[in-house]
Amino acid sequence: MATSSERSPPPFPDSEDQDVLDTEEVRGRDSDEDEDLFGSPSTSPVTGMDTTLTSDVSMKPPSDIMNDPLIEPMSSQTENKPASEPSDDFFDLTNNVSVVAAAATKSDDFVDILGSETGAQRGEVVKADVTVEATIDKSEVTAGITDPLSQQEAKQTSTAPVIDLSGDSQPVTSKIANPLVDLFSDAPPAAEAKKPSSANVDLFDDEEGSDIFAEPLQTKPAKQLQKSLFGEPDEDVFGEPLGAISKKPVPKEQKEKSVTTKVTAGGPLQDSKPANIFSQAAASTPSVTSTVNSKSNGVHSEEEGDIFAAEATVELSLDSPRNERKKEAIAKPSAPTPTSLPAAASLTKPQPPALEELEEEEEEEEEDKFDIFVSVKDPEKIGDGMNAYMAYKVSTQTTLPMFRNKTFTVRRRFSDFLGLYEKLSEKHGPNGFIVPPPPEKSLLGMTKVKVGKEDSSSTDFVERRRGALERYLQRVVNHPSLLQDPDVREFLEREELPRAVSTQALSGAGFLKMINKATDAVSKMTIKMNESDVWFEEKLQEVESADQQFRKLHALVESLVVHRKELSLNTASFAKSAAMLGSAEDNTALSRALSQLAEVEDKMEQLHQEQAANDTFTFAEMIADYIRLLGAVRGSFDHRMKAWQRWQDAQSMLQKKRETEAKLLWANKPDKLQLAKEEIAEWWVELHRWGAGRGVGRDGRIALAAWC
Amino acid sequence: QRKESLRSVSVDLNHDASLLIDIPDALCERDKVKFTVHTKTTLSSFQKPDFSVPRQHEDFIWLHDTLVETEDYAGLIIPPAPPKPDFDSPREKMHKLGEGEATMTKEEYTKMKQELEAEYLAVFKKTVQVHEIFLQRLSSHPVLSKDRNFQIFLEYDQDLSVRRKNAKEMFGGFFKNMVKSADEVLISGVKEVDDFFEQEKTFLLDYYSKIKDSTAKAEKMTRAHKNIADDYIHISATLNSLAADDMTANKKNLEKLSDLFEKFRKVEGRVASDQDLKLTELLRYYMRDIQAAKDLLYRRARALADYENSNKALDKARLKSKDIPQAEEHQRQCLQKFDKLSESGKKELTSFKGRRVVAFRKNFIEMAELEIKHAKNSVTLLQGCIELLKSN
Repeated sequence: MATSSERSPPPFPDSEDQDVLDTEEVRGRDSDEDEDLFGSPSTSPVTGMDTTLTSDVSMKPPSDIMNDPLIEPMSSQTENKPASEPSDDFFDLTNNVSVVAAAATKSDDFVDILGSETGAQRGEVVKADVTVEATIDKSEVTAGITDPLSQQEAKQTSTAPVIDLSGDSQPVTSKIANPLVDLFSDAPPAAEAKKPSSANVDLFDDEEGSDIFAEPLQTKPAKQLQKSLFGEPDEDVFGEPLGAISKKPVPKEQKEKSVTTKVTAGGPLQDSKPANIFSQAAASTPSVTSTVNSKSNGVHSEEEGDIFAAEATVELSLDSPRNERKKEAIAKPSAPTPTSLPAAASLTKPQPPALEELEEEEEEEEEDKFDIFVSVKDPEKIGDGMNAYMAYKVSTQTTLPMFRNKTFTVRRRFSDFLGLYEKLSEKHGPNGFIVPPPPEKSLLGMTKVKVGKEDSSSTDFVERRRGALERYLQRVVNHPSLLQDPDVREFLEREELPRAVSTQALSGAGFLKMINKATDAVSKMTIKMNESDVWFEEKLQEVESADQQFRKLHALVESLVVHRKELSLNTASFAKSAAMLGSAEDNTALSRALSQLAEVEDKMEQLHQEQAANDTFTFAEMIADYIRLLGAVRGSFDHRMKAWQRWQDAQSMLQKKRETEAKLLWANKPDKLQLAKEEIAEWWVELHRWGAGRGVGRDGRIALAAWC
Repeated sequence: QRKESLRSVSVDLNHDASLLIDIPDALCERDKVKFTVHTKTTLSSFQKPDFSVPRQHEDFIWLHDTLVETEDYAGLIIPPAPPKPDFDSPREKMHKLGEGEATMTKEEYTKMKQELEAEYLAVFKKTVQVHEIFLQRLSSHPVLSKDRNFQIFLEYDQDLSVRRKNAKEMFGGFFKNMVKSADEVLISGVKEVDDFFEQEKTFLLDYYSKIKDSTAKAEKMTRAHKNIADDYIHISATLNSLAADDMTANKKNLEKLSDLFEKFRKVEGRVASDQDLKLTELLRYYMRDIQAAKDLLYRRARALADYENSNKALDKARLKSKDIPQAEEHQRQCLQKFDKLSESGKKELTSFKGRRVVAFRKNFIEMAELEIKHAKNSVTLLQGCIELLKSN
């Protein structure tokens, strides 16, 4: 009795936060673990582990799936296992896994050599080969050498993803690998290479990866591309691997040769095989290879745990379409002359289109289903006093090939979110897109946090904001066009983001913005746009009234939350009081009944608290989101109106100029006539520019329709 | 406004079939509430077996006061007087609602008004109920039911025309209370001779403060439920108007949601009123009852102090050999009174305890049942709503 009465339930926001934090922590831990795994695998030459790790790293949840396919090939290779020292060497070079797999896929001998652990990622291996070739092209290494190199590189590449996951700093290597792969894919082993490339894509979901793909195609020198893309790190990585490769190639040449020979000789066979393998991996087409895969899965699962296997199957199914596409792509550049460098180079050129096609297709797919989930977690106060700010962990999980990795996490502060919005709204607002708005700056709430009061209202505030930011980002990435924006990708992926300055509360830019807004408001009132489109008129009215209603609803729900909190508080104090009464009661049965009542009321208090939290976070915040969204919708109306006005202006101007032209023509003044003609042309262009503004209306209509 | 009163629920009484009292009807005129007190009896002390008389709240107070002042009843727990009918809060709310009419939709306003009327009705019912209970407590008491004033109160078919207390009397009453509290402090130094009463005293004092606290808290809690129910009305109405504006597939969802909140409102309102009736009222009543028990203890303690004083006076008289018989007589009377008070007090307190336990038990059971019912209702509502939304 006494205990229950004494225990005072924590203020609701705290508890809520705690829950959230807990889950977040768990996630955080998971990610940490992943990283750890990665780290350890890289150092130790346990290929199985590495592959799994890499897969984890490269892809967030979805990434796991991707990994699985890779893993499976590995496992199949594992059959060949008679791994030998060379594999160790490889490991050393790459630190991680097993590019060896590629070799395995091609030829058993190869597998034997590379062996053992790494088999995992054929795809990667292939890629590695490709890259090797590319590098070879540049470095003028012989074909045989290239193969070893490729293997090594492949390893490196494979390691690279791992590295990315574990440490952000080294994505370079992975990227390098990708370009190489692309090049490679051009080459004859193309079929395989392509397949691997697809694997690569899967592995390296990052946007940059996709970029790289596209770019490399355009530029011949893979190295140059790599360098330009990834700056110094690339060079270093490459340098070392190459050197190592060049040394090692000698012993391995045989293997490589065998591989190459096999490739050349059995070009078709190989193609078909890899395709099969992939398809199997995808689990979409059941074939002989599939059995192999399943075996490999079994092996893996044994090695790595059931979880992986399960995930692997799921992800495989997801991947399947891509793989198929890749196959198609591969089919096009099928000329199989793996060893010859010039051939590869020539191939590289044709390939780009194919890759682009792939990308396009993939993007289409993205639009259909958004395989991307963004979460904002772990709000953390950084700094002290008024300079303090909150930083949030932005984690992305995606299966989209435009991202290099499956999962990645960056730290962002609140103004970065606002900065992203500024950029997006500047770019896309005028096009009639509804750019999802972020939560507003709150001086009061933030000041409280800054002052460092650890009271419930500030944690409540932070949690609310965190949720709002998460929903905001999710909305952005769910927008098919916004997702393609480089700023969005940069925001999600890039480690360091240049500080967004314009969002400072009262900075010069902010002041300018305010003035702009004021003039906008004035012009809004002055512009009498005779709305020609009834649809828009109706929609505007709808939006306005919805806005009003939502605001009212929001206020009501807020008051409901307040009342609920009151209720919870009152219930708590009654529970306490009932417990006291129970302790004062001298009738044992009644005393027990009273203390039970107190306990029940105590639990009810918790429930009321939870309900209040749920009301806040799922109901009130959702409504607040919609209010903000409605604001954005209105913004797009404004943009449309502005565009319309400019168009009108241009039209009347053009009219005027034409009149003067006619006059001048009449007056027969050729010198001025020329000028007038130029002006007319100018305004004609202007007219069309803003006439295109009507396109804004169209886009806006689509956006609105989608929204409604 | 004429309202049917509900049968009392707060207090469990052993009904003696020989004297049954209820208030079937009450009439509210401005501040005054006229209760129709209906009596059914087999006792020969009444002229008729069945009769009704009109009574006002002040008449009840008068009856209570005369009982308290009757010397013979000093050893009894006099049932607490019913509190003054208070319709201020619903009236005030109604007033506010009228002012805020412009900000609400018509539907919203109607619902709010209905809600207030229901609240008013509930207050009214409660008022009738406590008055009824007061009389039933008296009628079920073996001694008090025989009281002459009580019988007059029940039987006299004219207006009792008890005059309202004037300012001086009001002040006098207040002063008397002050003196009583001061006296209580003074005589608290008197050494208790009976362990039973000693225990009872500490228990009641402690219990009183606790139950007072609980009553206040329960009241607050009930009000919070009420507030939430009111919020639901507005939310439901707003959702409804949102749905009216919405031309898309969302319209149905909004309507469903609005409907859900409207139903929730009713459930929440029931929760609030049931909690009020079963919990708050119970606590409130026993708070007052315990006060009455405490008064009994005070009277007994006073008698004890008187006895002690008379002992001292007797000693003094013996010392001075003056007025010894008088002092002896006084001492004997004091002792007699004290003994009588102790005896009947013991009986009263014991029966009070039993009554309290029974009443708490009954009300708690009822409350738990109602809460479960409402909770089940809520769950059904939510599930139904989820299914509806999903099926869309």
